[in-house]
Amino acid sequence: MGFVRQALTIAAKDLRSELRTKEAINASLAFSLVILVLFSFAFDPGNSEVNIQAVSGGLLWLVFSFAGALSLNRSFARELQNDCLDALIASPAPTGAVFTGKALANYALLMAVEIVSLGIFSVLYDVKVKEYFWPILLVMLLTTWAITVIGTLFSALTVNLRMREVMLPILTYPLLVPPLMAAIVLTTDLLGGTPLAKDTIWVRVLVAFDVVFSWLAVVFIDIVLVG
Amino acid sequence: MRERLMYLLAAAAAFLLTWNLYKIFFVLPITANVAAYQIVYFHVPAAFTALSGFFVALGASGLYLATGKFKYDEFAAAVTEVALAFATVNLITGSIWARYAWGIWWTWDARLTSMLTCWLIYAGYMILRRSIEEPTQRARLSAVLSILGCVDVGFVYKSIEWFRTQHPSPVLSIRDGGGMGPGMEAPIYWNFLGLACLSAILIIVRMRQEETAREIDSLRRMAHSY
Amino acid sequence: MSAALEADGVWKYYGDFPALRDIKFKVEAGSTLALLGRNGAGKTTLLRILAGLSKPSRGSVKIHDSQVRLEATRRRIGVLGHGISLYDELSAIENLLLFSRLYGLPDPQKRSDEMLERTGLDRVRDGLVREFSRGMRQRLAVARVFLHDPEVLLLDEPFTALDDRAIAVLQSLLREMKERGRTIIMSTHQLREALELATHVAMIQRGQIVYAGERKQEMLDDTGWLYRTYGEN
Repeated sequence: MGFVRQALTIAAKDLRSELRTKEAINASLAFSLVILVLFSFAFDPGNSEVNIQAVSGGLLWLVFSFAGALSLNRSFARELQNDCLDALIASPAPTGAVFTGKALANYALLMAVEIVSLGIFSVLYDVKVKEYFWPILLVMLLTTWAITVIGTLFSALTVNLRMREVMLPILTYPLLVPPLMAAIVLTTDLLGGTPLAKDTIWVRVLVAFDVVFSWLAVVFIDIVLVG
Repeated sequence: MRERLMYLLAAAAAFLLTWNLYKIFFVLPITANVAAYQIVYFHVPAAFTALSGFFVALGASGLYLATGKFKYDEFAAAVTEVALAFATVNLITGSIWARYAWGIWWTWDARLTSMLTCWLIYAGYMILRRSIEEPTQRARLSAVLSILGCVDVGFVYKSIEWFRTQHPSPVLSIRDGGGMGPGMEAPIYWNFLGLACLSAILIIVRMRQEETAREIDSLRRMAHSY
Repeated sequence: MSAALEADGVWKYYGDFPALRDIKFKVEAGSTLALLGRNGAGKTTLLRILAGLSKPSRGSVKIHDSQVRLEATRRRIGVLGHGISLYDELSAIENLLLFSRLYGLPDPQKRSDEMLERTGLDRVRDGLVREFSRGMRQRLAVARVFLHDPEVLLLDEPFTALDDRAIAVLQSLLREMKERGRTIIMSTHQLREALELATHVAMIQRGQIVYAGERKQEMLDDTGWLYRTYGEN
């Protein structure tokens, strides 16, 4: 299938670029570490009266979404250098394939940063992650895709705007309220020992969001990039 | 023609809103023992107006993308801005109600939180429009945002409702705490109609502003190209 | 014989301002068109629409009778804009392999190697583009454009930013394309180099085509002739 192959070619190109410079990965990881440390001052995990587990979901997803904004912004912005975006649009690759390729690359990078951050979090805050690791991973996989799809689409939408770096968070965070809410509830419950089966409605919210917005993104990307 | 329509709508709005105010303050019994309870008669219609506005904007944005005619973009921008204003009214009246009912300025109840999120989405729409100078690009990109935003609103309302059933907090509801007495539903719908007339006027004015702004932009381009 | 490129009633509006007005012209296969015009006349806007990089407000562009935005059509077009359209963090060969794959070439490795040799960059195939000199970057950009052997080539002011060696490479490749009956459209300020290659000339002024026809001897002898005769002053 031409579409899939072209999307994977572009995904590989983005990943190769990023791994060579490591700019976004380093920035995201550093940023998430800083936030995790700063939150310890707000929540004082050493104090046994504070139930860190009750806010763990919120904390983790704030860290993940802030770190995500750093790398998602660059997704289409990096194509402006040397007019590469024009070359991609002029190529036979459908804009949907360009979008999908970039989304896949962003997804891989974001998941990597999140898994590392999760590890750091469990160490710093002494929260046991191992028991429900697989359900937590599922939640991360679903929610990160939502963040990636919206973030990549808006990276394309804001690519030619003056205040691109500011516009992206302003536009994407409100839209991400539903999946982030689902993720926070699920993660907090899972870290607290509630099995996934009790929260299936939230999993369905995530899946529905992912399906609907992935479809909308591919539908609108051509209008956004070409007009 | 537009002028006459506007005057007609203004008269209708003035009549409806004044008559309703009379009914609310002098005719209907005060059911809840909260002094500012009557604010609900504006709080709820404002929400209807805002949400229906966002939905209408979705349609107008879709029409713009399908036809490329600027009048649809003007309409979408105007409706969204007016809807955003009513969302603000809803949030502020909700805050006042919460203050009088529970002594707190904000309550994270499902509907207020949802409206706040919608407000953020559409405030983003206004910011986006402000940041794009070129009219065709502005129309195109804000249309996409309007459509995505409205779809998202559906998810927002449902998710927050489910979230709040797990984490109950004080709920601003006209149905709890006293129930709906006789004659109480009517003023809410009449007020909605009054606010709708008011919206129509604001939308017409705003549309004309957008049209003029675009004309000025074109004149400037023309002047620079010579 | 169908025209290689046909613009039919193309208008481009920015708001209510028409940047392009009722552009109508045909470019026959095998000809080379030089698109002239002052800055702001609409050359780049028109070229972007011809290349399928933006959509006209009205009208259509057809390449060999099919819409320009179709995948199959884009395979047959080559576009060279102002930027080099290459990724700084990738090597020369990686860049060419990427575009070979996007254009669905049967043997990406072979073709990329060929183009590197042709543009004199085979010794630095593994070098990262960001470490290249300006001339090397330009030559690689030219290599990328000719990679998929396009039937129709669209160039936006190609001679402007090139050094002598890059110009020589580009001219040689363009002459080769002409010999093989390919179609070339270039917008230009560099009247001399472009007019030498051109078989036809079109001039755009304030968004309208004011002249479209064969290249005349007067244009070669006196580069200002066209502007004086057809342009407004």
